[in-house]
Amino acid sequence: MKIDFSGLESTAPLCGANSEMFDGISTSPSFQIPDTTDFDDFQKEAIQMVKPAKGTTTLAFIFKEGVMVAADSRASMGGYISSQSVKKIIEINPYMLGTMAGGAADCQFWHRNLGIKCRLHELANKRRISVTGASKLLANILYSYRGMGLSVGTMIAGWDEKGPGLYYVDSEGGRLKGTKFSVGSGSPYAYGILDSGYRYDMTVEEAAELARRSIYHATFRDGASGGVASVYYVGPTGWKKLSGDDVGELHYMYNPVEPTVVEQEMSEA
Amino acid sequence: LASTMTKQQANWSPYDNNGGTCVAIAGADYCVIAADTRMSTGYSILTRDYSKICKLADKCVMASSGFQADVKALQKVLSARHLIYQHQHNKQMSCPAMGQLLSNTLYYKRFFPYYSFNVLGGLDTEGKGCVYTYDAVGSYERVGYSSQGSGATLITPFLDNQLKSPSPLLLPAKDAVTPLSETEAIDLVKTCFASATERDIYTGDKLEIVVLNADGIRREYMELRKD
Repeated sequence: MKIDFSGLESTAPLCGANSEMFDGISTSPSFQIPDTTDFDDFQKEAIQMVKPAKGTTTLAFIFKEGVMVAADSRASMGGYISSQSVKKIIEINPYMLGTMAGGAADCQFWHRNLGIKCRLHELANKRRISVTGASKLLANILYSYRGMGLSVGTMIAGWDEKGPGLYYVDSEGGRLKGTKFSVGSGSPYAYGILDSGYRYDMTVEEAAELARRSIYHATFRDGASGGVASVYYVGPTGWKKLSGDDVGELHYMYNPVEPTVVEQEMSEA
Repeated sequence: LASTMTKQQANWSPYDNNGGTCVAIAGADYCVIAADTRMSTGYSILTRDYSKICKLADKCVMASSGFQADVKALQKVLSARHLIYQHQHNKQMSCPAMGQLLSNTLYYKRFFPYYSFNVLGGLDTEGKGCVYTYDAVGSYERVGYSSQGSGATLITPFLDNQLKSPSPLLLPAKDAVTPLSETEAIDLVKTCFASATERDIYTGDKLEIVVLNADGIRREYMELRKD
């Protein structure tokens, strides 16, 4: 029975020492690989150590005025909330944003790397990189590490010469262009609110409120989402943070507690 | 044929967990970093007097729990990089810069991680206290206080209750540093460890506290339960 090794062949830089010898093109920094016989199980153990931000709700949508991006801020490790203040919307450069879902370190590192590549593109070509180009750069990097355990589910949102742009990119190597996305364990709930309230011709305030409510409802029903609902707007002059509200406080804003009239009980005891 | 093709299980792990807990609290013009000094393996204590705290730069101190061999290697790498920085830039590295360096150093071993849970404490370029908290592969964020290690799940809820710094994500932005004074923060840290020692077997023996402020760096010790 021939063993199927096709899954192991990848274009990723493999053993740090060999990559320079195989081809002169070394793409990314060569990562040190552990010297074990069982790479997969070792990776599973290594992944357990990583702070997984799988419990998450992030969303982004394009509308008439630009792109609206929103996310929660909770990071959970199993049942333990490891942080309530994770920055899940990453500022790649003044006119492009990336969202974080999956491995926090993976998202942070590769978004920063993408920002560097975008800046190099600007310097080399004397013009800003398009959202299409930026998302392709990221998708190609993630594809080359496919199967090695990276966990990234991100949306690249920006404004370039063609107007507002939104792409979904993940660590499986997928890249989708779209007008509305939600990623994470809370995404079904967010889609419910987003799909029913969405109109292309909303104002910035209406779109921000829709995004905020979607995140709030997702945090309400999904245990792995919570913390602070951040809302960013990307327009022709770049991105701007519109709001950051604690979802606990949003709950009482959306569901105000009416003071109940207590009937007179046992006035004469 | 299938029975001879079972996957080989690794019978040796390159990692070990030496236990311990670290805490850091950022104040308006100071930063307190503390860690216990117990080093264990399994149910045995290797030593009661091991420092988990390392001064990386004049205004930057790191405390790490986890696998101390990886911690030692990480400290060496960061110290060496800091020396190179000083040669190239003729100045000390700021705490935010060291924060980014630590993140990148951890991520470069993404597929064979440093088993090290770090807390970085110091003063930022404006002289305000800053604390950065990390996971094993380099994701990090600036916070008002943080705890890592075996006693973290015991200490963090207590610090949430006592300090509850507003999230840095809120808009309008609120200051994350605690309004407590330096002595109050040190007392709080001592209380944290006294409690964690009661309920965590890997925390105890002695508490090492490092305080960074405009006057420099100061070190203090407190005895903890040795059982």
